[in-house]
Amino acid sequence: MCDLYKLCLGEKVKPLVCVCFSQIHFVLLVSRQGKVRLTKWYSPYTQKERSKVIRELSGVILNRGPKLCNFVEWRGYKVVYKRYASLYFCMCIDAEDNELEVLEIIHHYVEILDRYFGSVCELDLIFNFHKAYYILDELLIAGELQESSKKTVARIISAQDQMVEAAKEEAGSISYIIAQAT
Amino acid sequence: MEQLKTIGRELAMGSQGGFGQSKEFLDLVKSIGEARSKAEEDRIVLSEIDILKRKLLEPDIPKRKMKEYIIRLVYIEMLGHDASFGYIHAVKMTHDDNLLLKRTGYLAVTLFLNEDHDLIILIVNTIQKDLRSDNYLVVCAALNAICRLINEETIPAVLPQVVDLLNHQKEAVRKKAIMALHRFHRKSPSSVSHLISNFRKRLCDNDPGVMGATLCPLFDLITEDVSSYKDLVSSFVSILKQVTERRLPKSYDYHQMPAPFIQIKLLKIMALLGCGDKSASEIMYMVLGDLFRKCDSSTNIGNAILYECIRCISCIIPSPKLLEAAADAISKFLKSDSHNLKYMGIDGLGRLIKISPDIAEQHQLAVIDCLEDPDDTLKRKTFELLYKMTKSSNVEVIVDRMTDYMISINDNHYKTEIASRCVELAEQFAPSNQWFIQIMNKVFEHAGDLVNIKVAHNLMRLIAEGFGEDDDDADSKLRLSAVESYLQIMSEPKLPSLFLQVISWVLGEYGTADGKYSASYISGKLCDVADAYSSDETVKGYAVSALMKIYAFEIASGRKVDVLPECQSLIEELLASHSTDLQQRAYELQALLALDARAVESILPLDASCEDIEVDKDLSFLNGYIQQAIESGAQPYISERERSCMLETTDYHSRDHHEVPSHALRFEAYERPKPSSLPTQASTELVPVPEPSYYSEAHQPISTSSVSERESSEIKLRLDGVKQKWGRPSYQSSTSASSTPPQAANGTSSHPDVGVGSSSLKPRSSYESKKPEIDPEKQRLAASLFGGSSSSRSDRKSSSGGHKPAKGTASKPPKENPIPVQPPPDLLDFGEPTATSVTATDPFKELEGLMDSLSQDGGSTDVMGVLYSDAAPVTTTTSVDSLLSELSDSSKGNPGTYQSQTSKGPNSKEALEKDALVRQMGVNPTSQNPTLFKDLLG
Repeated sequence: MCDLYKLCLGEKVKPLVCVCFSQIHFVLLVSRQGKVRLTKWYSPYTQKERSKVIRELSGVILNRGPKLCNFVEWRGYKVVYKRYASLYFCMCIDAEDNELEVLEIIHHYVEILDRYFGSVCELDLIFNFHKAYYILDELLIAGELQESSKKTVARIISAQDQMVEAAKEEAGSISYIIAQAT
Repeated sequence: MEQLKTIGRELAMGSQGGFGQSKEFLDLVKSIGEARSKAEEDRIVLSEIDILKRKLLEPDIPKRKMKEYIIRLVYIEMLGHDASFGYIHAVKMTHDDNLLLKRTGYLAVTLFLNEDHDLIILIVNTIQKDLRSDNYLVVCAALNAICRLINEETIPAVLPQVVDLLNHQKEAVRKKAIMALHRFHRKSPSSVSHLISNFRKRLCDNDPGVMGATLCPLFDLITEDVSSYKDLVSSFVSILKQVTERRLPKSYDYHQMPAPFIQIKLLKIMALLGCGDKSASEIMYMVLGDLFRKCDSSTNIGNAILYECIRCISCIIPSPKLLEAAADAISKFLKSDSHNLKYMGIDGLGRLIKISPDIAEQHQLAVIDCLEDPDDTLKRKTFELLYKMTKSSNVEVIVDRMTDYMISINDNHYKTEIASRCVELAEQFAPSNQWFIQIMNKVFEHAGDLVNIKVAHNLMRLIAEGFGEDDDDADSKLRLSAVESYLQIMSEPKLPSLFLQVISWVLGEYGTADGKYSASYISGKLCDVADAYSSDETVKGYAVSALMKIYAFEIASGRKVDVLPECQSLIEELLASHSTDLQQRAYELQALLALDARAVESILPLDASCEDIEVDKDLSFLNGYIQQAIESGAQPYISERERSCMLETTDYHSRDHHEVPSHALRFEAYERPKPSSLPTQASTELVPVPEPSYYSEAHQPISTSSVSERESSEIKLRLDGVKQKWGRPSYQSSTSASSTPPQAANGTSSHPDVGVGSSSLKPRSSYESKKPEIDPEKQRLAASLFGGSSSSRSDRKSSSGGHKPAKGTASKPPKENPIPVQPPPDLLDFGEPTATSVTATDPFKELEGLMDSLSQDGGSTDVMGVLYSDAAPVTTTTSVDSLLSELSDSSKGNPGTYQSQTSKGPNSKEALEKDALVRQMGVNPTSQNPTLFKDLLG
């Protein structure tokens, strides 16, 4: 968050690793066993840092009781998480952001996933993680919420899928023709 | 059987439409799913890496195969392994004409590459081509990639195209173009500074999605420069008004709240614009009041908006009515059962308390409850609140609590923070010196390696100077108590280095001052320290200097010094030390022991540690020498800053020349030769080197301005770092003296011309000026706030004077006292929260409606609704674990729900299939039903 915002809140400006405005730093999907299901990094992290972050956070979050806050303070940032069945959806934000909003962004994402996959389950995400990425890319860009309408996201994703299907069919028919010819 | 299973699984995957991967990939995912340990997983991934490395080397890989390899690479990378050997293939795939492959390529590239990766240069051309595509999906894919990959250097290559896309007919493209520009703005503000008007224009876009996206860059722009956007206040307010009046399409509703994410963004912007601006704030009153009335506090999203309203109000200049509404919302949060809402309530309280300090009073009980909550997050938030409301009257209770918590946690990051907060509060509000030293001892003992070294220096200075009262008696009492406490603590094993430094220094200065402890006793202790921590040179240095001081005081007072044998051996050991610093100190000590009393006294005067040495920072005594050198032809000295300025102006070209390599890459096609422009360029360039002059002139102003900007920001940063952290004007000067107290102030190596003048008085005056600032007003408030505890505390203090009992009794008074005082508001409010709390913690009430509407469309999610209605009342109270068990119970024991579940047709069947599949795959053996929503809903 910006200096000015902090000033008018009377907060002291905290040194952050990366100087950013309000945004999501990364999205993390971890199973209850601590297995990574999806990661998306919006701020630069090296592979080593990433592993460390995942290790640390899954240690903290997976061990939290069910009735506690959905937020965890972590290295001056805040991690908002929510559990769906055996899957934890986590998003890391600045300490000064609106946690409840981010909680709803997570839920928003899950609703879109649910609509897309038809009662989504962890398995869908495991095997179709690239689709989960496509959907996430339509929802968040550079760590900012770009689209808050489920319908719009669904529309563009299905448009993409149709293109893909068409391309597939085309490729299929061509290969069929080739196979016939030879 | 095994085969059948596999076929079934494959079929199930085929029906999903997305499981188009080969068996190899499925097997990979499966085996990783079944891996029992991280080591096993790593082994699988490593062998997969080997396989992929081999396969990628094969010639003529079919494209679909390649696509799968790349997805496998993404998977490997996601699991935290390095897949860089395959990056180039992902880059290649973005060149493909087939959208399916292109999209995969872009996805992989955005996940693999950071913006400073070398391969990005290879993608820029593709991106440029794709931005021109007729297919808007291709354009979208390219814009997505831009947001992740384009760096400062490559912005010019795509900027014109992105700007053109702002007027694209598809709203999805416009939106992404806005986000891309936003990204550019963050990366390098100067590159898009001329395009800022576009953001304003897009605010009026017909599509709400584009408008919503535009708020992101505007938020950034406004944070940077509030004043030039004041004219937009009424626009934002009217947009917010329209949003709350449901003027936006229904599809933006979320849980029956009209476009909540846009509302929140608008509120954030309004908070910035209304900050300290009365007239702007007044425009907002209406809509904020409406929001408080309309917001549905039974949904999570409604509460998110309410919380944002509270934040907005705490920033702008609020009306009393709004403050009241905000206070009401906060008290609802605090009375809720949900930890999340309590957390938000505490946070809101912390914000409002600055505007109306008495707001916390009615919530004392809730605050204490949160403080004692087992949830660490909530606890920390509450400590933050306490930190904000600390006054001299309640400082003891709060700091005690904080130190206790600090001792109990392991998280170093937070430990540091809370330790520094303790120190800050103790320095600011300490009621007595003894208490202060006790707190500091605690902090040092348990978090000594984490606190700033300045804190230690500050403590030493404080012990040396006292609290500013000109009462030598009190000062010496303070010192004695410090010495006593340190002698006690010293015997404990493994103290932090910083703490030992403080201890050594204080013992050296004041160990023998009162005559209570003999020199040999103290020096023995110091030798012990140097022995026990023989690997820590700083501590050793401090210990030796302390020894030197003790002996010096002995000699000066005419007593005979007999050096202890262990001390003698220590000195001998250090005389041969590898550390020159230790060696010097040892030699100095040895030399000092041979001197007579008068000489020693002038070297190390008693209790003169705080008398500042005036350091001639300008080094004026060298002026004559410099004059001489200049006269004999030397160049005058130019400071580094001046030199860099000179470089910029005079050596402009050579500087340009340096920058050429970084901007030498052209992303545009070659222009047609322009015969007229070339000679003029050559004449302006003036570079004698045969540099190709295609380097476009347009880059020049950009690059130089960005350079100078960076520089100015650096300068600013430097100033920030210098800024005094503790808010004491005298700090800077006194630390410079006290940071090397044993040597510089009292050291034998330095000149004994001690400046006793004005500088030594400075810190004291600052202490004195500090006091009246805190006292009259804050104490009055404190009496109203923690009144019970503060009075009981003062009683306790006079009777026992102890430190420990504070914890036990201090926490109770506020807990017991408010109860008789509180009933009226409690009784009044009780009806409300119970009415709301049933719904308040049930965000899925809204979901039901949503699902209903969904089911009208496709009937696919009906199961949730049915299940939900069964378990709804339970969701509010039971934990997720018990939910799980209940779910399994109900599916076994209650045929009714089961019936309704199965009767729902293909969907639930599908879910059951998935369930079976999951168990087969061994992916998540713990959960009964993997359908995400279903579990949550019951």
